[in-house]
Amino acid sequence: MSRIGVFVCWCGENIARTVDVQKVVDACAELPGVRSAQHYKYMCSDPGQAMIRAQIASEKLDGVVVASCSPHMHLKTFRRAVAAAGLNPYLLEMANIREQCSWVHHDKGQATDKAIELIGLSVAKARFDRSLKPIRVPVTRRALVIGGGVAGIQAALDIADSGYEVVLVERDPSIGGKMAGLSETFPTLDCSQCILTPRMVEAGQHPRIRLYTYSEVEGVDGFIGNFKVTIRQKARYVDMSKCTGCGECSKVCPLKRNLSEFDYGMGMRPAIYMPFPQAVPARPVIDKKTCAKIIRNGCGLCEKKCAPGAIRFDDTDKMVEEQVGAIVVATGYKLYDIGREQNSSKLRGYGEYGYGKYKDVIDALQFERLISASGPTNGELKRPSDGKIPRKVVFISCVGSRDNAKGLAYCSKICCMYTAKHTMLYRHKVHSGEAHVFYMDIRAGGKGYDEFVRRAIEQDGAKYYRGRVSKVTQENGKLIVRGADTLAGIPVTIEADMVVLAAAMRPADGVAELAQKLNVGYDEFGFLLESHPKLRPVETNSAGVFVCGACQAPKDIPEAVAQASAAASKVAVTFAATELTREPEIAHINEQTCAACFACVRTCPYHAVEKAEIRARNGALIKHTARVNPGLCMGCGTCVAVCPSKSADIEGFSEEEIYSMVEALA
Amino acid sequence: MNLGYYPGCALHGSSNDYEQSLRACLGALDVTLAEIDDWICCGATSAHSLNHKLAIALPARNLALAHRQGHAEMLAPCPMCSMQLLRAAQAMASDHGLRAEISEMVEAEVNSGPRVLNLIQVFQHVGLDKLKAAVRTPLKDLKPACYYGCLLVRPPTVVDFDDAEQPTSMEAIVAALGAKPVEWSYKTECCGAGMTMSKTETVLELSGRILANAAAHGANCLVVACPMCHVNLDMKQGAIEEFLGTKFGLPIYYLSDIVGMALGLSAGDLGTDRHFVLGGQN
Repeated sequence: MSRIGVFVCWCGENIARTVDVQKVVDACAELPGVRSAQHYKYMCSDPGQAMIRAQIASEKLDGVVVASCSPHMHLKTFRRAVAAAGLNPYLLEMANIREQCSWVHHDKGQATDKAIELIGLSVAKARFDRSLKPIRVPVTRRALVIGGGVAGIQAALDIADSGYEVVLVERDPSIGGKMAGLSETFPTLDCSQCILTPRMVEAGQHPRIRLYTYSEVEGVDGFIGNFKVTIRQKARYVDMSKCTGCGECSKVCPLKRNLSEFDYGMGMRPAIYMPFPQAVPARPVIDKKTCAKIIRNGCGLCEKKCAPGAIRFDDTDKMVEEQVGAIVVATGYKLYDIGREQNSSKLRGYGEYGYGKYKDVIDALQFERLISASGPTNGELKRPSDGKIPRKVVFISCVGSRDNAKGLAYCSKICCMYTAKHTMLYRHKVHSGEAHVFYMDIRAGGKGYDEFVRRAIEQDGAKYYRGRVSKVTQENGKLIVRGADTLAGIPVTIEADMVVLAAAMRPADGVAELAQKLNVGYDEFGFLLESHPKLRPVETNSAGVFVCGACQAPKDIPEAVAQASAAASKVAVTFAATELTREPEIAHINEQTCAACFACVRTCPYHAVEKAEIRARNGALIKHTARVNPGLCMGCGTCVAVCPSKSADIEGFSEEEIYSMVEALA
Repeated sequence: MNLGYYPGCALHGSSNDYEQSLRACLGALDVTLAEIDDWICCGATSAHSLNHKLAIALPARNLALAHRQGHAEMLAPCPMCSMQLLRAAQAMASDHGLRAEISEMVEAEVNSGPRVLNLIQVFQHVGLDKLKAAVRTPLKDLKPACYYGCLLVRPPTVVDFDDAEQPTSMEAIVAALGAKPVEWSYKTECCGAGMTMSKTETVLELSGRILANAAAHGANCLVVACPMCHVNLDMKQGAIEEFLGTKFGLPIYYLSDIVGMALGLSAGDLGTDRHFVLGGQN
């Protein structure tokens, strides 16, 4: 390129204050290959862009260097301007004389000299720029949704209803997630299962949703539009196609006393079980850790009883591959493990509340099961230790939340609301009962939320104390709760029959590993990172991967559902195009000079370089060579660094271009 | 095992029965104690409520002495002492400027010093298996309530040795001796500590709760590792009984008493005959 135009921007005062733009323009006009040099107050503005377009036309420019801000700011703007004038947009170079020069220097003379050098580098590179074309890749219009809780179900249904196929993967034997186990929901007290189970059935029967329950995502390869997903279907020991879901197997199973995961240990289940009667799919699963047949070839009663012959004791984990174009992560949350072994030395477990030591100290999800009509007590509130109806219940909020000393710094957001709900449901079931709540602050922002809390206090008579509980002990069958009422300035002691802990929300187990497979970031607490907290709330920095629900941050059902629909619409936007374009700055191999040592194949972090053969027309092998898959290459340049024969190069950042820049400096 | 030994004021004064007990007991387990020469006060509550630097300088001097006298590990049986020593070591480890300043103040080069151990850690060091093997009189009739008090496990960021709210390390030792430790609720509650001088009624109330809870859970004695706790629960037990109008009669043993008893040492050897509430085994 020998007719390069240089355009120096003042950026108002930002550059012009410390860089003598006239001097820069005069110096740049003398650089080899430069046809013309101009300066203007705001190069990114309409008149500025018009100036570039006019110069390209009048001076027949074949390369453009804009000296202004960082390319992060305006590379796209100037590429569009150049393209509008009919020049290939990859013949544009930017020299950053703002962030890397005027903003960081004070001495005008030195800053001006540095600006001239920076522009000189870009001009040197521009002389070797070549026209490039964006890479077009086809889109597989099929989505993967990871997690079958309310967020995952909503996202799957929305995508499927937009006309695209969905693969929905759930780790547990049934979809439904945490919401399926809740009793009633705030602030309307509608029954959780009544509103969720129809959506579960819809997802289970939707012609465009393929359901993988009791399955986990094992690996993810590829990129937006073209992901290849490996799914592990865990051995269920039940042939889903033959099973009718009659439930005879669970009835005859003699091993009935296993703690139910769905009831958070508040109830029991057999070794062959459906997690709950409304499960989708309504098919049982055998717990291989307890089944006598699997452990020691005993029992086998369920097999004998099963009329359709659906029991398969020889079942094994299976790997399935699915091709998808976009991924929605909706893996949800778990509660802080109170008192148990903590996986971080920073978390100290709250032994003072006696969770795990006293049977009647339970967490909020366990309480949900105890008051749920579908729960182990059929909705009658009986305390775990002796089955008696508790006459006095203490609710402790912020267990693990908002506690820098031994818990987590963040607010779990939903606990104030569900604690108010718990007091209400408790008082509705036990009219003479007393509900006492210890809180730090009541955070009830949301439609109808504060009214709901006031109702719990004013109409349903919950007693609220602003203060923390220091210790829960047991004496004479009573739980002695000692805390402070900081508004009254007095210590409070309550002899309770049951204590419910509002434990903090944490991301579900295994999210970090999944995030690494998907190249998605996560914060110090393990919540997945959105691309921008305000303007790109469901996108991630991994193109084509979206997040929704409590895996991103603590949130309640309405928010999780809204976010799920947002993620689904982003998937639909991705699928609206038949093709996606990618930047063309990727590696290519000179197959003539390639010595087929395959160092690049071994070092490529994206597995984008493959072994290939060059054959003559008659099929005879001429030579082996490495070849780049343009769909996978991310343009990192590792292959260029390792290639001993200098056969690998990056488009737009070729060795010729880089060396010309180095020479310009020397 | 050779350990440096920092007795602190209590073990040379009001609680010299504790020193007698642990010397007898550890001697039987081949643990030799070398008292730090020229040790001074750890600062206790007074120093850190008056002067932050002093609260670090006092224990720092003791750490420096122990280091100079060649001890890699040092037993500080009083939980207040061990906590203050650990806290000083921790503060200086993270602040080189402070370490230099304190070194100048105490006129000795203060470095990380020896590892500070409490009595439970010494028994853990000896090993539960070895303890079990050394038992000559299994304590099968003993149902102790193990009482940790406030400072043995707290603050967790400083002592970092057992769960601060539901500790279990003493129970493990006691169980190895054949005793049946009870599960109870007041393991780490406050006994009233130094209030015993200024507001005696507070101590009677707080220590009374501890005794009552231990009795309610079926304990026939308490095991402590703190001289202050021992004073309030043992010496004051008569006053507590009078104050509450109940009778407890619960002997209060130091952890070393219990281990010593299982090893076959007599009440005279251990000094348990000098306790106020005498147990059946004394």
